[in-house]
Amino acid sequence: MHSMFKRTAVALAASVALAAPVAAELSGELRIFLDTSNPAPRATMEEMIDRFAEQHPGLTIETTVIDREAYKTQIRNFLTADTPDVATWYAANRMKPYVEAGLFEDVSDLWAEPAIADNLASTKGAMTIDGKQWGVPYTYYQWGVYYRKDIFDELGLTEPTTWEEELVNCQKIVDSGRACYTIGTKFLWTAGGWFDYLNMRTNGFDFHNQLANGEISWEDDRVKQTFANWKQLIDMGAFIDNHQTYSWQEALPFMVNGEAAAYLMGNFAVAPLREAGLTDDQLDFYQFVAINPDVELAEDAPTDTFHIPANASNKEAAREFLRFVVSADEQTEINNGANLGQLPVNAQSAVDDDKFLQQGFTMLSSNSPGGVAQFWDRDAPAEMAKVSMEGFQEFMVKPDNADRILAKLERARQRIYDQ
Amino acid sequence: MTPAADMEQESWFHKNQQRIAPWLFLAPGLLFFMVYVIIPVFQSFNLSLYEWDGLGAAEYVGFRNYEDLYWEWVDRDAFYTSLKNNLIWLILYLAAIPAGLFIALFLNQTVWGIRLYKSLFFFPFVISQVVVGLVFTWFYDPTFGLLNEFLGLFGLGPLNVLGDERFVTYGIIFAGLWPQTAYCMILYLTGLNAVDPEQIEAGRLDGAKGLRMLWHIILPQLRPATFIAFVVTIIGALRSFDLISIMTQGGPFGSSRVLAYYMFEVALSEYGFRMGYGAAIAVILFLIMLCFIAYFLWSMYREEKGH
Repeated sequence: MHSMFKRTAVALAASVALAAPVAAELSGELRIFLDTSNPAPRATMEEMIDRFAEQHPGLTIETTVIDREAYKTQIRNFLTADTPDVATWYAANRMKPYVEAGLFEDVSDLWAEPAIADNLASTKGAMTIDGKQWGVPYTYYQWGVYYRKDIFDELGLTEPTTWEEELVNCQKIVDSGRACYTIGTKFLWTAGGWFDYLNMRTNGFDFHNQLANGEISWEDDRVKQTFANWKQLIDMGAFIDNHQTYSWQEALPFMVNGEAAAYLMGNFAVAPLREAGLTDDQLDFYQFVAINPDVELAEDAPTDTFHIPANASNKEAAREFLRFVVSADEQTEINNGANLGQLPVNAQSAVDDDKFLQQGFTMLSSNSPGGVAQFWDRDAPAEMAKVSMEGFQEFMVKPDNADRILAKLERARQRIYDQ
Repeated sequence: MTPAADMEQESWFHKNQQRIAPWLFLAPGLLFFMVYVIIPVFQSFNLSLYEWDGLGAAEYVGFRNYEDLYWEWVDRDAFYTSLKNNLIWLILYLAAIPAGLFIALFLNQTVWGIRLYKSLFFFPFVISQVVVGLVFTWFYDPTFGLLNEFLGLFGLGPLNVLGDERFVTYGIIFAGLWPQTAYCMILYLTGLNAVDPEQIEAGRLDGAKGLRMLWHIILPQLRPATFIAFVVTIIGALRSFDLISIMTQGGPFGSSRVLAYYMFEVALSEYGFRMGYGAAIAVILFLIMLCFIAYFLWSMYREEKGH
């Protein structure tokens, strides 16, 4: 009986058209909690849920959208009491506390179905803990350097690919009275992005992962080399002043006004930059330069996910919803430029024509042989992420304190991972 | 109660009415105080002996959380910073009392439109702390903030108050003093209404003026107002959470944390999963508050006995 249902489910996931007649079996209530509280993602999600509801008229769907920041603390409550059937969250270590507490449903069965196994392979690692999968991704986006092409043209610069070119470029930008990079570290994580790239480029993806897992000392010479590279940029005045007082949004005007030439950011920065008046002629993208030629390039590409809480009451409908979300057509639709404007997780989906998405997709699929990281605060355990990002911020303001900061992080590592 | 019959039992409530009535009236208050204050105090202490991420099973670790706090203190780490900042808050926040008194004395006159001035001075206490925090964040902004424009007039600055670990706590306290001064002012204004004009008259006949008059005649009569102002200011300083959360999130690199914010950070914030550790910090904060609470209760008790 069970395997028969499973076979039907596979067939139905393979083709959305087929789904309609079978799906009528689904009934009851499906409660969905979303953290997509910004207007555009919210509308996208609601439209997607409407389409799902059309296919399943027997199902009463109740959607709750919670403010993105508040969601991060509320999830602890609603996973234990008054639990929804589907909830959004993030991949990798960020879901670990909930997986370990047994609050997320094991959905390895979904990942065994060919429709998902064949098309979502690239994100499987990020969804796997202890050899099982605990949810499905619905979108991801690239990180990289967004820069002012008009300023680069004015100074006669080209997109750098090596660390030496990067330093030469940056020196010219600084000499022209600008900062190379804008950044706002008030909320710390932006500094985590810089650390991700500098460390992955200096020591490679595997080393970076080991460091996130607490297997390597922060006072290791290789870590110190990462910070030495970082210090080169800081000492030459590459970053804007007073970045510790700004959020990432507050750092945008520096780039818009031409006081800074570039921004190491996720693709979500493109929309506000365009809204602020930068045209696609002024704005361009390049992959973060190679530093150590001996390590393979690896990228940050944070993945946002859907999970089924272990205490959900309508898991059958929830599984069907997850299948629907990752289906090729839905992935094309919700990630297109008019909606989320990000990358689809399904290999059968089409990537939007937007030049940044195209570049990002090419970069991630063909020029990131080292691997794909989630992001520092998703790869490292929450506590280590917090302490270390505070250290990164301090380092960016006071690069001379490097040794003291690293000693502090090492003490934190010994306390955090030893439990 | 008594070996007597039903009749007397009927009148038991009647006989003891005097003694029972106060307890009946106190019962709702006592109940809520127990449920929301006393019991959580003991729960927090209990929780501080555990290692718990708020999700899974709690593990008993004895006093290890306190041990960790001690080492943070020795290492001059986050706990040390928080405790030090709490102390700075406690001391500097008291400046709201003399400042409030000064403004109250200044406003305690009868000229045309004084009610408007009074309400303008009281205004910062009415607006939310969140708004106060935002206003001062913009005021301190290193690129376009009013403070740096002002300093620029004298050829000074630019100063990044909220981005410099040496100034940040003082910057936030200054923002906090704005509404707190208004609060103290209103306390003193009501107090000044009750000052006995005959005593002032008598003092004047004896040749008291200015500061002597203030110190020997007015201030003693304002003692109840001063006491309340002291209580609310100390409590305000110890729960200085919202301003820090709005203005700096404890930064830069954790240098503007206080105990209340640190507790929130480790236990409840985005990256915080250490409920037991947070509870241990809460217990320390409670012990500090307990000193003041004991002092307040003692002086109130003395006051009662005096009358």
